[in-house]
Amino acid sequence: MELLLEVEGLKKSFGGVAALSDGRLELRAGSVHALCGGNGAGKSTFLKILMGIYKRDGGVIRRRGAEVDYASPAEALAAGIAIIEQELSPIPHMTVAENIYLGREPSRRFGGIDFNSMNRAAQALLDELEFNIRATQRMIDLTVAEMQLVEIAKALSHDAEVIFMDEPTSAIGEREAQRLFSAIRRLQALGRGVVYVSHRLSEIFEIADTYTAFRDGAFVGSGLLAEVNRQDLIRMIVGRELSEEYVKTNTPGDDVGIEVEGLCRSDAFEAISFSAHKGEIFGIYGLMGSGRTEIFECLFGLEKASAGAIFIDGESVTINKPTDAMALGVALVTEDRKSTGLNLLDSVRANICMASLPELSPLFVMNRAGEVDASRRMRADFQIKAARDTMPVSGLSGGNQQKVVLGKWFLRNPRILLLDEPTRGVDVGAKREIYRIMCDFANAGGTVVMVSSEIDEVLGMADRIMVMRNGKSVGTFDRRETNAQALVNLST
Amino acid sequence: MSETRSRWFTAERRRTLIQEYGIFLAFLILAAILSVSNEFFLTPGNISNVLLQTSINGVLAVGMTFVILTGGIDLSVGSVVALAGIVSASFATTSSTAAIYGAPYPVIIALAVGVAVGVACGALSGLIVSYFSVPAFVTTLGMLSAARGLTLIYGGGRPVPALTPEFRWIGTGHVLGIPAPVIILAIVFGLAWWTLTRTRFGRYIYAVGGNAHAAKTSGIDVVRIRFVVYVISAGLAGLAGMLLSARTGSALPQAGIAYELDAIAAVVIGGTSLSGGIGRITGTLIGALIIGVMNNGLDLMGIQSYYQQVLKGALIVGAVMLDQKRSYGA
Repeated sequence: MELLLEVEGLKKSFGGVAALSDGRLELRAGSVHALCGGNGAGKSTFLKILMGIYKRDGGVIRRRGAEVDYASPAEALAAGIAIIEQELSPIPHMTVAENIYLGREPSRRFGGIDFNSMNRAAQALLDELEFNIRATQRMIDLTVAEMQLVEIAKALSHDAEVIFMDEPTSAIGEREAQRLFSAIRRLQALGRGVVYVSHRLSEIFEIADTYTAFRDGAFVGSGLLAEVNRQDLIRMIVGRELSEEYVKTNTPGDDVGIEVEGLCRSDAFEAISFSAHKGEIFGIYGLMGSGRTEIFECLFGLEKASAGAIFIDGESVTINKPTDAMALGVALVTEDRKSTGLNLLDSVRANICMASLPELSPLFVMNRAGEVDASRRMRADFQIKAARDTMPVSGLSGGNQQKVVLGKWFLRNPRILLLDEPTRGVDVGAKREIYRIMCDFANAGGTVVMVSSEIDEVLGMADRIMVMRNGKSVGTFDRRETNAQALVNLST
Repeated sequence: MSETRSRWFTAERRRTLIQEYGIFLAFLILAAILSVSNEFFLTPGNISNVLLQTSINGVLAVGMTFVILTGGIDLSVGSVVALAGIVSASFATTSSTAAIYGAPYPVIIALAVGVAVGVACGALSGLIVSYFSVPAFVTTLGMLSAARGLTLIYGGGRPVPALTPEFRWIGTGHVLGIPAPVIILAIVFGLAWWTLTRTRFGRYIYAVGGNAHAAKTSGIDVVRIRFVVYVISAGLAGLAGMLLSARTGSALPQAGIAYELDAIAAVVIGGTSLSGGIGRITGTLIGALIIGVMNNGLDLMGIQSYYQQVLKGALIVGAVMLDQKRSYGA
């Protein structure tokens, strides 16, 4: 079979940090190629370079044997490379046909759009692919899975030979995933090449025939999926033994810090029960969309649970709004610090003080000296590297920003710390400091509940791990009794 | 030597200097040009006149700053000016036809009524914006129309004339030679400056405008803050409405038309971001002064008022263009 795409030694760094040091891939016509790797393995950087969004620092891309360098997604598309992104961005109030032919609508004599032939062409395309979608439907009326099918049709209308799919099943259910798979098989039969990116190993074995694995920004292996088993692939993705990257110094106590019993939220999760002890780091592991973040939202009063009870220090508590949770000594470090953790327009000091203003300034008038002092204390405790505390927090590195968020909550002397992906987008050095902060907090009698989709982190830092799948808990395990393979198996 | 200076005068510092004082510099340059080109400009009489002309827009712009800092907008202030002006006037008139039974009341009651009318309008807008999550543009556009209609209904489309001298004093009186509206603007501005820079509430406003999600997860009552800013804005519009009727001696149903635009212009020229979270009340004051000085200067030069509108338009867009360049360009 002919080689549609060949990539060698692709490199890319951001601000001196290598996101990709050796990206490789070979894609043949009529093949579904799985691109595997953990978070931060460099998969999305790799795709973005191929799509012409990022400019590569080094390496070679060959399209049907000829070296290429795309400067924009439009160029990549013109060369027959299309991507179906994780977050689709259709124009919701336009029809399917209008979305497919966006920017190249067939025109009539006086410059008007020839809707009839556009709709006919779109319908023919959809029918050929056996997608049960009408070209005149509006995008807003389609399900996420149907929108993906429209994206596939759009890619084919551009005559794309290489189609990247970035975690296409992360937002759709099992039945819809099967429809997607049959669409992928049709693409395969048409002799197109599909690069399929997913964390879900069962899917990879179901739909793909070849694989390439990345780890820490570099190629680690490739081959036929028929020649490896699930365990081999996991070992390749997870790689090294858990090194001293995870320094764990806390010891769980006997007293329960927070207990959750039968917590439900109709659209997100059901019957979640767990208890985390003082001095313990309790891990919750699951894929995106498994309901883990939503549990925290209920525990912190951002959303309402439909059923269940929460106990703190053995007493039943009601949490309806964030201030209720804060009064009980609960702190929440959210998953996305830029959108929900920080006010990027304001200073380091203002952000550190943001959750403690009533305590710092009980008399309505701002206690400026108190704020200066609080900010100085937190910057020293967490070694936040900022030139001045009046500088905008947006000027800090990801790790320092995350430490500002931690400082904001530690200023309140919390008893229970809810951490949602505490080290996302943070470099190794800052990661280690965040782990140290977690352990110190637990050792001082605090309770830590940590959500993470990084398997190394969960195994390295948590004392016990609850695994989530599709909004349900599939079990809680002691860290000594489980391993990466087991966790990945349970969560997918 | 040169090294220490360069370290102090870094690019970042230079940028913040321009950012913080650029608008003040522009104001000084404008004033300098006018005082050179016209010997009348810097006379005490004219300065007092400029301040008087600025006072009503200044009061409105202070309220507008609170709203815009949260990322909202209040289009209704011009109509609230008219409604509060006419309702309070009916409590302070000696004319028998337009009066509320028992008028004229003591001036303090008329004033309280005017502010209360503003606060009521603001509470309704604020409730709809914050609790029902209707976009501020739509809500206050509705209030712009409704309050104007209520003004016409209340006065039967006629002005309320013959206000008592006590009521008129707030618009025409002087203290130590300073016009009363200027003193009122100074007090309003001082309170607003204190609130925004020295109180917890001020910090909440910046946090809500900067990132409402983060503010909510930090335990800040975002809904309440959003509500209160509209009450402040409309309450100040009520005050401005009374200043206007007091100055003219009667309350006109068509008073305050398009005042919201001048208030928004002052805020924007003063460097406050329309998307919220960034801005200073001092900038707003200077923005209002720039508009006042420009109108006055062009008057003095004998330039037709039609041209003044064109220049004001250019000024608004120009000021924001410079802002954009500063934040995204260099």
